[in-house]
Amino acid sequence: MPYVPHTTADTREMLTAVGVSSMEELFAEIPLSLRPKSFDLPPGMSEMATRAKIEDLSSRNNTNLVSFLGAGFYDHYVPSAVDALISRGEFYTAYTPYQPEASQGTLQAIFEYQTAVTRLLDMDCSNASVYDGGTALYEAMMMAVRQTKRVRVVISETVSPIYRILLGTYTRNLKLDLVTVPHKDGGTDFAAMEKAVDASTACVVVQSPNFFGCVEDFSALFASAKAKGALAIVSAYPVLASVLKTPGQMGADIAVAEGQSLGLPLSFGGPYLGIMTCTKALVRQMPGRIVGRTTDSEGRTGYVLTLQAREQHIRRQKATSNICSNQALCALRCLIHLCLLGEEGLKRTARISMENARYAAGKLSQIKGVSLLNNGPAGNEFAITLPRPAQDVCLAMIGRGYVPGFPLGRYYKGLDNALLVCCTEKHSRRDIDILAAWLEDEI
Amino acid sequence: MSTVFKKSTQGREGVWPRLPEHELGEILPANLTRETPASLPSLSELDVVRHFSLLSRKNFGVDSNFYPLGSCTMKYNPKFCEDIAGLPGFSRLHPLLPQLPRGDELTQGALEVMYETERWLCEITGMAEYTLHPMAGAHGELTGVLTMAAYHADKGNKKTKIICPDSAHGTNPASAAIAGYEVVSIASKDGIVDPAALAEVLDDEVAGMMMTCPNTLGLFEKNLPKIVEMLRGVDALLYYDGANLNAVMGKMRVGDAGFDVVHVNLHKTFATPHGGGGPGSGPVGVCEKLVPYLPISRVVKDPSGRFHLRYDYPKSIGYVAPFYGNFGVVLKAYAYMLRLGREGLIRVSENAVLAANYLRKKLDDVLEVPFDRICMHEFVASAEKQSEKGVRALDIAKALLDKGYHAPTIYFPLIVKECLMFEPTETESKDTLDQFVADLRDILAQAETDPAALQAAPVTLPVTRLDETAAARNMHITDDM
Repeated sequence: MPYVPHTTADTREMLTAVGVSSMEELFAEIPLSLRPKSFDLPPGMSEMATRAKIEDLSSRNNTNLVSFLGAGFYDHYVPSAVDALISRGEFYTAYTPYQPEASQGTLQAIFEYQTAVTRLLDMDCSNASVYDGGTALYEAMMMAVRQTKRVRVVISETVSPIYRILLGTYTRNLKLDLVTVPHKDGGTDFAAMEKAVDASTACVVVQSPNFFGCVEDFSALFASAKAKGALAIVSAYPVLASVLKTPGQMGADIAVAEGQSLGLPLSFGGPYLGIMTCTKALVRQMPGRIVGRTTDSEGRTGYVLTLQAREQHIRRQKATSNICSNQALCALRCLIHLCLLGEEGLKRTARISMENARYAAGKLSQIKGVSLLNNGPAGNEFAITLPRPAQDVCLAMIGRGYVPGFPLGRYYKGLDNALLVCCTEKHSRRDIDILAAWLEDEI
Repeated sequence: MSTVFKKSTQGREGVWPRLPEHELGEILPANLTRETPASLPSLSELDVVRHFSLLSRKNFGVDSNFYPLGSCTMKYNPKFCEDIAGLPGFSRLHPLLPQLPRGDELTQGALEVMYETERWLCEITGMAEYTLHPMAGAHGELTGVLTMAAYHADKGNKKTKIICPDSAHGTNPASAAIAGYEVVSIASKDGIVDPAALAEVLDDEVAGMMMTCPNTLGLFEKNLPKIVEMLRGVDALLYYDGANLNAVMGKMRVGDAGFDVVHVNLHKTFATPHGGGGPGSGPVGVCEKLVPYLPISRVVKDPSGRFHLRYDYPKSIGYVAPFYGNFGVVLKAYAYMLRLGREGLIRVSENAVLAANYLRKKLDDVLEVPFDRICMHEFVASAEKQSEKGVRALDIAKALLDKGYHAPTIYFPLIVKECLMFEPTETESKDTLDQFVADLRDILAQAETDPAALQAAPVTLPVTRLDETAAARNMHITDDM
């Protein structure tokens, strides 16, 4: 019997010790009326057979496409040492560090993770991560609502539409007023954003670079929002944060990010991690786990979970959120990845990705009938307008083994001909040249 | 051990990509670039490997230590599941691929894994449909409560309250509150929900009640049929916190027992590593009448056996996650379920319950066990007797660490003083359990003779007891503070 070690003799002895004559007797408390109506599952399989079945399933996914699909989730190179270190059983089979003396490895790693992401986003404080970038953005918005005791949230339409739908789901039973300010050719409409902020506004929410790939400076918007008593929230792309004007520089109160691009595989949507950072003034509003440095009874440095009075296991319904776990193993991946690349490596990753995008934007916009949706500065992603529906072009290109990008009409009315194209350091010039040639062919 | 930042040496190379061809200034205007460096560490690959290898040695994990942490189901995680999650056919799959035209065709394998996992979970728990989107147990709770709220809103029910027993996990009241409900707590009687206490607070404004069964004391809720009937009477829904599913697979299905919504912790019952606190996965199952409100997307199988994602459910609550949940965790759970099959899953529960009862019987003469009857997969003991000598549950926990065991849960449940909640799980051998009993009995004997020694524990670990008060007062939460 897989993974249950007891011999027949062991089981007999244990049953005797308990004072029952059979396994069944252990479940006597469950009345017969509550017993399963069925439990119709197939019999177990050997490890070898299970592996073969799942390998067969994996081969039914097409991962041989040359892909320019990004839209917030990026295929960057992950050094082998990340997987090797994460596989150490002492890390990946440990639990939440409730007993700090037996969990200094996890705790110090989270402390280092907190340090690394606050430095990267140029903020004061970080938690130990939340589920993903979307839930991080939701938690940031709720921090602002609690802090300001205001109910209006002003969001730019250039924030990921996936995240905006998620914010709507979470707040559907709350008395909050979510106001979305439409984009302008893929850019943030700064004037409209400023105008939308009033005395009841808890926060403004933007994305850097925005969903269309535009690099924007939110400093002025943040300053004007803050003058009206609202908080400034930015969802950032952490790889580019190594080279772009930082959330801290722009005056953000809360900066969040999807951490997937820092050492995690795409893995069909998860697990990822939500990076969450804020200014010192807001730290007690921040949900989730936080690790702090302290000393032991001998005066040695050690680490513990701290500020627990905010958490659900102490405060129950009055907690800052219902979050109990964090994405500790994913946060560890992120930290190891950042340590392996270091400052210089991350900056190079960002710059090569941006170079590739710039090259691709140049190539693609030369194709007759193709133009850039926005002419402002771009990061590693940019939107183009095609002479016919992006869905159709996409379909034809997939037939050639290329995913040319993400058709924006999926989430934006009126942008059926627009395509969001992403580059990372993994693309070669040849990949981009072929993309351009075949796209020209298809149009 | 110094932090990785202190080990940094400027100019030392780790894993650098090639040099970019352009200066940053050629790509971006200066007013959009970063002014100050991020100051990430500069280390060689070996520096990094050694740092994290050394850190890992300061940790207890199931691979190296017995972990009888109540309510957390710290069983052994089969190694082959990890290999499977790393198959490039899954790990390289972009989550937006199925949202492209005919993208379903490019992701049939992943969609089948999701579809089959949902079917297994439906059969294991007796529910009509599942969503795999919630990324942790508490996230499943929130999803479940939002689904309940959508049902009531759709029916025109005016509901404002959710009931949580005092023995509930803290996440239950927190989830209900952030979904917009007023939380009403009710007191347990003899360790289980008291129908009389429920009757006092039950009215038409109650949207539902959140229960764990067996509950956090390891006890089966014997009044369940009565409770179900009472809630039905006011059109309130019953939510099942599946944290303790490891105790009842094949013995009770929550759907058959009358629950309307359930979340299961894939990382507990279905053996995914906990990773020091996550990632988890908290799929939610619902009964027939709640199906229209489940989050989108939904995975469906067409008559020809092809799988598709569908988004056209007008009553759905929307997205609770950007994609399809923590797919990598789902994949490990699916592999585990395939491996064990029907009989294997039943034996998991039987042996988990057997181990807990065995441990209870072996300890009930030295520790007070407030509810000393057949328990499910965990039980709660109390160190009240020892605390008279000045030895508290915390001291016993720390002394266990010295002997190489992770401690039982001691912060919870709040309704038992000086509690120690043990959950041995089905994967620990009788030899391990016997040795644990012997070592714990030694500790309890020492509590009589030398309480000061226990109060000083642990002494064999990298640090002794840490000053948590100072940590909260003088906040050092990054290396720069």
